[in-house]
Amino acid sequence: MPGAPRRRSAKRKHRRLPGLFALTAAIALLSWILPNDFYFNVAILAGLNSIVCIGLNLLIGYAGQISLGHAGFFSLGAYGAAILTTHFGWPPVPALVASAFAVGIFALLVARPILSLKGHYLAMATLGMGVIISIALVQEGKLTGGPDGLTVAPVNFFGVDVVSAQAWFWIVSVVLIAAVWLALNLVDSPVGRALRSLHGSEVAAEAMAVDTVHHKIIVFVISALFASVAGSLFAYYSGFLTPAEASFLRSIQFVTMVVLGGMASIYGSIIGASILTVLPQLLTVFHDYEQVVFGLILMLTMVFMPKGLAPSLARRLKEWAS
Amino acid sequence: MAQFLQFLFSGITVGAIYALVALGFSIIYNASTVINFAQGEFVMIGGLTTAVLSAAGMSIPAAAAIAVLAAVAIAIALEKLAVEQAGSASVITLIIITIGASIFLRGLAQLIFDRNYHTLRAFSGDAPIHIAGATIVPQTLWVLGTTILIVIALWWFFSRTLLGKAILATSHNRLAAQLVGINTRSVLLLSFGLSAALGAIGGILIAPISLTSYDVGVMLGLKGFSASILGGLGSGPGAIVGGLLLGIVEALGAGYVSSAYKDALAFVVILLVLLLMPQGLFGRRSTERV
Repeated sequence: MPGAPRRRSAKRKHRRLPGLFALTAAIALLSWILPNDFYFNVAILAGLNSIVCIGLNLLIGYAGQISLGHAGFFSLGAYGAAILTTHFGWPPVPALVASAFAVGIFALLVARPILSLKGHYLAMATLGMGVIISIALVQEGKLTGGPDGLTVAPVNFFGVDVVSAQAWFWIVSVVLIAAVWLALNLVDSPVGRALRSLHGSEVAAEAMAVDTVHHKIIVFVISALFASVAGSLFAYYSGFLTPAEASFLRSIQFVTMVVLGGMASIYGSIIGASILTVLPQLLTVFHDYEQVVFGLILMLTMVFMPKGLAPSLARRLKEWAS
Repeated sequence: MAQFLQFLFSGITVGAIYALVALGFSIIYNASTVINFAQGEFVMIGGLTTAVLSAAGMSIPAAAAIAVLAAVAIAIALEKLAVEQAGSASVITLIIITIGASIFLRGLAQLIFDRNYHTLRAFSGDAPIHIAGATIVPQTLWVLGTTILIVIALWWFFSRTLLGKAILATSHNRLAAQLVGINTRSVLLLSFGLSAALGAIGGILIAPISLTSYDVGVMLGLKGFSASILGGLGSGPGAIVGGLLLGIVEALGAGYVSSAYKDALAFVVILLVLLLMPQGLFGRRSTERV
């Protein structure tokens, strides 16, 4: 029945639109109600984290492969773009694209050996990769500024200086919407279906002639690209990078955002990333108790909503409606 | 040669602590397939509590006993109040819960103690001992001796006692263990307590050699996890060999290659081992049932 699947995918295409409209509306609303640069700053960081988490969720939520090293890709994208613009005078867009290209090649090279590992061994290998990147960033001080950090020259896009937080908010928003659109399309593509079959049972997928290694590598590289682009934008926006961006804790933070928001939920990643970006800002009122409260909230959320926020809330909403 | 011995001794000392932490990871993993990311915090609780109590005038054995008990009590609370409540949640959800717990415990330690570094007096003086041109501090002997005793005690526990065999049975096949009447829930509780005790003892032993503070758990936990993976997750001998190997590679790397890249070198070695042996050195070959 060649007609049946195509009709379903056409239907799904329409189902994608309301979500994208809702996201755009939410962003427009935010740009209208956010009172000052401080709030815009938090929103921009939430947006950048969301982009990383959407990519990472493709890997964790859809392909069922864990990575504890995505801060490595994020920081490579950040430092790559920063070094090309600051030391070599490249314009920002080519620098971003070149960094993403390099990160993609790097991810492709490490993907095959790393993804042949399973479960916690895979987690260890990605963790090791991240730690090695972070140590290299600290030690190669000539290019990266080492532990003191790297000041990024102000960038201008096509001759226009971008300085205001509002302008950055819109740039990040556009990239975020594009990322969501790309991810939704990918999930609905043959690659996406193959990935979900992987998550279910790798052996069954192989038995159905799905080239599991090939698909895992594709999604690993895509998630690395998402992280790299978000990293480059972060470098341009913040104007200052430190090796902390590559740290093991940062990688853990990305995974936590994905799981908190809900695995295999693209919008869940935005929710998870936004909450974990905004929460520490809110918790500063607790001063010394900040970490205690943060840890407690994280634990309680996962205990009571083990599937993550987005899927749990969606289910409750459905129960409430019926 | 003397220099090599010197590096080797310092590697073995740190490696013994990694081994204790790695054993903790493996015990909880065996009982639940969960990686307990709060494992490093038990190391911190052990070392920091002992250091602070001993600085307040308490004798080291008493302070150490309180520290170990505190770590065990916290681990049991973590299992009862969080891990058990999450019930049938997926493994990754449980892992995130332990990450939340580690952030919580670090924050708590910062509140109860402070953000400063603390020292703990060496158990039996600082007079160096000379062996074939290399020198070691007496604390090294404490670290190695205690680790050897613990390993023997664990071996006896897991191979000679009913309780230990029940834990092993649960790790092999949870359902079958339940069927023969093993209370797998209390096995999980016991595993958390045991891992916390091992971590806390490791933290106390190493505190006189390297300082301790509220955030030492992050790095020690990371190294312990790496050691347990290197040896093969869930394998007792693997955790010990993995820990020692990691310590020695680090020490030799720092001595002969570059102290800046010693951590990177350790991870390169781990990656190479995993490429050749995807289950670690002593890991069980897993066959997936379909």
